[in-house]
This record gives sequence, C-alpha cells and structure tokens, in this order.
Amino acid sequence: MSWSVFDTWVVVIAALCGCACALVGNYLVLRRLSMMGDAISHAVLPGLAAAFLLTHSRASLPMFIGAAVVGVLTALLTEWIRRFGKVDEGASMGVVFTALFALGLIMIVRGADAVDLDADCVLYGALELAVLDTTTLFGMTIPQPVLTLGTVLLINAAFVVLFFKELRISAFDPELATTLGINAGVMHYLLMTLVAITAVASFEVIGNILVVAMMIVPGATAYLLTERLRSMVLVSLGVAIASAVLGHLAAITVPGWFGFPDTITAGAMAAMAGLIFLVVLLVAPRQGVLSQMAHRLMLSLRIVREDLLGNLYRQEEQAAAAGAYPPHVDAPRWMVRLAVSRLAAEGLIQRTNGHVALTDRGRVAASELLRSHRLWETFLADQMSVRPDHTHRTAERLEHVTDREMRLRLGQDTQAPRLDPQGKAIPPEHPPAT
Amino acid sequence: MSTAPPLAFPAAHPATGDEHSPAAPLSIHDMTVAYHRKPVLWDVDLDIPAGKLVGIVGPNGAGKSTLIKAVLDLVPKASGRVLIYGKPYRRQRHLVGYVPQRESVDWDFPVSALDVVAMGCYGQIGWLKPVTRRWRDKSLEALDRVGMADFAHRQINQLSGGQQQRVFLARALVQDAQIYFMDEPFAGVDAATEKTIVQTLQDLRARDKTVLVVHHDLQTVPEYFDYVILLNMRVVAHGPTAEVFTNENLQKTYGGRLTLLDEAAEALRRGPGVS
Repeated sequence: MSWSVFDTWVVVIAALCGCACALVGNYLVLRRLSMMGDAISHAVLPGLAAAFLLTHSRASLPMFIGAAVVGVLTALLTEWIRRFGKVDEGASMGVVFTALFALGLIMIVRGADAVDLDADCVLYGALELAVLDTTTLFGMTIPQPVLTLGTVLLINAAFVVLFFKELRISAFDPELATTLGINAGVMHYLLMTLVAITAVASFEVIGNILVVAMMIVPGATAYLLTERLRSMVLVSLGVAIASAVLGHLAAITVPGWFGFPDTITAGAMAAMAGLIFLVVLLVAPRQGVLSQMAHRLMLSLRIVREDLLGNLYRQEEQAAAAGAYPPHVDAPRWMVRLAVSRLAAEGLIQRTNGHVALTDRGRVAASELLRSHRLWETFLADQMSVRPDHTHRTAERLEHVTDREMRLRLGQDTQAPRLDPQGKAIPPEHPPAT
Repeated sequence: MSTAPPLAFPAAHPATGDEHSPAAPLSIHDMTVAYHRKPVLWDVDLDIPAGKLVGIVGPNGAGKSTLIKAVLDLVPKASGRVLIYGKPYRRQRHLVGYVPQRESVDWDFPVSALDVVAMGCYGQIGWLKPVTRRWRDKSLEALDRVGMADFAHRQINQLSGGQQQRVFLARALVQDAQIYFMDEPFAGVDAATEKTIVQTLQDLRARDKTVLVVHHDLQTVPEYFDYVILLNMRVVAHGPTAEVFTNENLQKTYGGRLTLLDEAAEALRRGPGVS
C-alpha cells in the first residue's frame, strides 16, 4: 500500500461528504423518515438535468437550486398523495420518487447524452475522478468537491447548531412545537431542502444510491450508542469520518489480498459504514444484541439460583434428609451446575459427598424467598380472587422481583398471616442483614 | 361540503353566535370539523368560564381529541371560529398550554426528562436562542412539583408510563399558560401519578387557570371536574357538572342508537345519489 496526496484528498472528500450527510441524516432517522432520504436523493435527478439543460453547464449554483426545488417538491407531492390518495407514506413516496427519477434519467439520456453527466455516475459517483477536478481557493489548488462539500457541510452544521432546539422539538413532538409557534411543517421542509442540497453535493462523489447509506447509517449507529441528541449528532460525525478513512484504506488494500486491483472508495466507504453499524448492533452497551443476551442470561441464572435455594428449603421443611443432588429445578443442567457453584462460593450452600444443604446464611436467604412466595399466594388468593390452586405459578414469578420493602408492604396488606392458602407455614421476616 | 346543514335536533344550550362573552378563556362559535368528507364534529358552540376544571367526556370516536386539536389549529376546521380570551387563537398562543396524548410521541427519542420539560419553554425562549441555565432551573422546579426531580437526567425511555405522563405535566406547567388542554392525561397511569395530576389540576384552578381535560373514567368525573362537556360528534350538553352530568344526558351521549345526525353524516360520506 502506498499513500499519496491523492489518497489524502480522497479521504478528505469522503469525510466531508459523510459528515454533511450524517448531520441531516440524524433527523431522518429520528423522525422515521429514512426512506425520505432515499426518495429525495433519487428525485433530485430531474432538477439536476433541468438545470443542466437550461444553463448548458455543470455550474454548482443552478444545480443546487434545481435540486432544492425538486427535493421540496418530492416532500410536498408525497404528503399530498398520502393525504388525498389514502395510501401510506411508503407507497406515496414510491410513486413520487420513481416517477421523478425516471423523468430525470430520460432527460439525461435524451437531452444531455453528449456530456459527462452519465448514468453510471448516478449510481455510484466518481470519487477518484472528482479529486482531479481542481479549483483555486486563496491561492491554493484544491479539488472542487472539497469546496462544494465543505460549503454544504458548513450550511448543514449551521442549521443543526442554530436550530438545535427547534429541530429537536419538531422531531419529538411536532404538535406541541406548532402550538408554541415553532411551525413543525416549516422545519420539515427546511430539512428536506437541505437533504436535497446534500444529496446533490454528494452526487458526483458517491452517487445517489450510496448517499442514502451515508445519510442513514451514521445516525442509526449513533442512535444505538447514545441517550442525548447532542451526543448522537457528535457520534454520527465520528462514524462518518471513520467510514471514510477505513473505507478508503479497505478500498486500496483488501482487493490486493485477493489479487484484484483497487476498488472504488465510495462503495468501500458505504460497506464500512454498514460494518461499523453491525459491530455496534452486536456490542452496544444498552441496546446491543450481545448485552441484551447477557442481560437475559444473568436474569435466568438468578432465577435458577433462587429456585435452588427455595427448593432446598422446601426439602428441609418436608424433613427429608439433605437432598439428593441437586433438588429439581426446571433449567438446563449447565445452568444448575453454575448456580450451585456460585451459591457454594458465596457460602449459601454446603456441598458434602455429592449432597447439598443450606448453610445458616443460605437458610435466611431461602426463607425470605419462601416468605415472598407464600405472601404473594395469600395476596393473590385473598385480594385478587385467584383460585388457591392457581396462585403458585404467578407467585413463582413475582418472588424473584420482590425486595424487602415490597415484602414488608405485602405483609401489611395481607395482615401478616402465618399460613399460606395451602396451609404451609410462612417463614417470619428476618431483621435486615448488617 | 363545508358547513353542517341546519338539521333539527334539540339544542342543549340556547347560545347563539353573538351571545358569547368576550372575556371567556375559550369560546367556540359554530365549529365544524371534517376528515376527508366525513364530519367528525358538528356545530360546536360554547363558552368556558375562567378558573374551571372542565372534563370532556364521550364515547370513542366522539371527537374529543379532535375538539382540542381543532381549537389549537392542529387540524383544519371546516367552519367556525375560536377565541381565546376574546382574541383569535393565533394571537394568543402564549396563553395556551397543551398536553398531547402520551402515545403521540416516540419515547425512545434521545432526550432526558429535563430536556422534554424545557421544551415547554421554547415558545418563551424564542427562535435561535439556546436553552440557558435559567430555563433549565425553571424546568427542574416543575419536575420537582410533580415529584420527578430525581429522574431529571434519565433518558425518557427509562421512565414508566406514569412517570412519562408526569414529565408531560411538568412541561405544561413551565408553559405558564392561562388555559390548558390535556388529552387523556389519566390514561394508563398508576395511582400515585393520578393523585399528582389531580393535585396539579387543583393548584392550577386555585391560580384561576382554566383546564380542559379529555377524560375516560366516568366514575371520577364528578370528583375531578366542576364543569363538563358531553360530546358525541356534537355537544350533547355542557355546563356545571352537578347540573349536566345526569343519567339522562349520559344516555344521550353514549346511547347506541344512531342519531338522525349520524345517518345524515353517513349519507354524506357515501356521496350524493347513493342511498
């Protein structure tokens, strides 16, 4: 792998593009409008073509104006068709953007055939070629897209910072926003305008399919990781930059491992963003797949533990000798074994010659569980009119979530009985452990 | 189709367009609301006196939420006029507080309870200005009043349904409004939250605020509200609870039989020429 100025510019352009997209994309994700990003990025095509056909140049300003007009038109048409056609938003979006996209393609193929606005570029852009298209700024020669994308990024950043609270309330509670005089509709169309402008600026760099990835994936990734809007926006920028850097590195190294020439950075960048999302989805601390699995596992382990304790206590009650190893608990064997060794390590049970028995401390813990269980049975039978032979299963679940304070209230509500509905003794409350 | 035809049904109140009191916190003149072509509220015409807790009661689909939303310009009116303290709503926004239904927002949104309450201040803060310490303190105080100060920095999806409703209530309090509209604040809340809401409503009344509440539990109406609007696509009756909340009126509101008006509405929806 060899790194040159060229590579640096590719990464800079990709990162500028990613950040500009991610900034507006956060609000699409939050408002469940992700497909609107897709729709607008496709639908701006006739706007671009019209601007091109009218001005016979690829000058930026007319193109941005054309895109902004068609972008807002897409949002308006979608809303009208949804309202008057009585179809859902997805269907009405599908009608609008495919029709506009097709119109744009026809305009390009028919009217602009001789020029370099071609259908390939529409699909995945030409990031590498874009670097070669240079311009001069303050005496420095820089690629043209750095200027355009930089400008769009600044506009988006200014929008997100200045209208931070207006965007937040319009996304969270548009009705309240409107009653407070912050017109959620105006904010919506402002956002759609910026989505359209961003789509156009990113268009020649990553094409209008991959632009959707850069709008949605950083925001969706940040959404999994954060609890505040401000941090969500910042994290989404980080994801966009990481996708750009890692994407370009992947594009110039990975194909080489398999004997292929370098691939295009735009595609690798979108793929990298997807990969980052996947990793976060697995390992995110709160909503991640792995952490939720771990959480469920810990919960079932605790329940097995407590059922073991409870059943040992019941065996003692029935005056059976120290039970056969281990008392029956409805759980996989490995979980029971794990629970037994944890309980033994904590000194709640004792293992001798393959038999397990409660220690004094274990007996206290178990009697608390049994007290919860039998108080719940009493409560359910007396106050909820559940048939006494139907109370066990419910009490079995409730006992695991009952702490001392709840048990004290339960005792008061049931007037602290000595026996449960089946006539079994309810163990007394122990003083809190110090 | 714009306004409701003057079909004959017994008017529960004699008020006409020009007998409204200019000082009333809310007066609605001949308001009709339609979705597509189907009318959902007919000829609502009423004045609400100041300093009252007003229950809006009626069966599902009676147009209770629609009444509030039409007053607040959130759904278009087919006809009619709404005055807040004698002036059009648009000029009186700052006097109006709103608590939407809890289900109307996404509780997984990345904001804290405090952030949500501060949203009630956005109208007072004004465009483009940030939420400064002063507003956060005010929001914290409101959270404290509904017993939620300890939860200020929790993300809202970590709150129970009742706690979420209290956050909404705190958000209404920071609005410093004169008249409040609350859409089913009692729906699906725990006993402690219900108590907090009732207490808050009474505090508001003691400060001469007017509160209109969409309410479902008929049993608690006489206890919570001193004024009721019985609604079933039209105002069946409205006035002081003791006078209006009678079995006969409830029968009229909840009675299963299609009224002449419903039949006319249905005919309109099917379109002319079809019978």
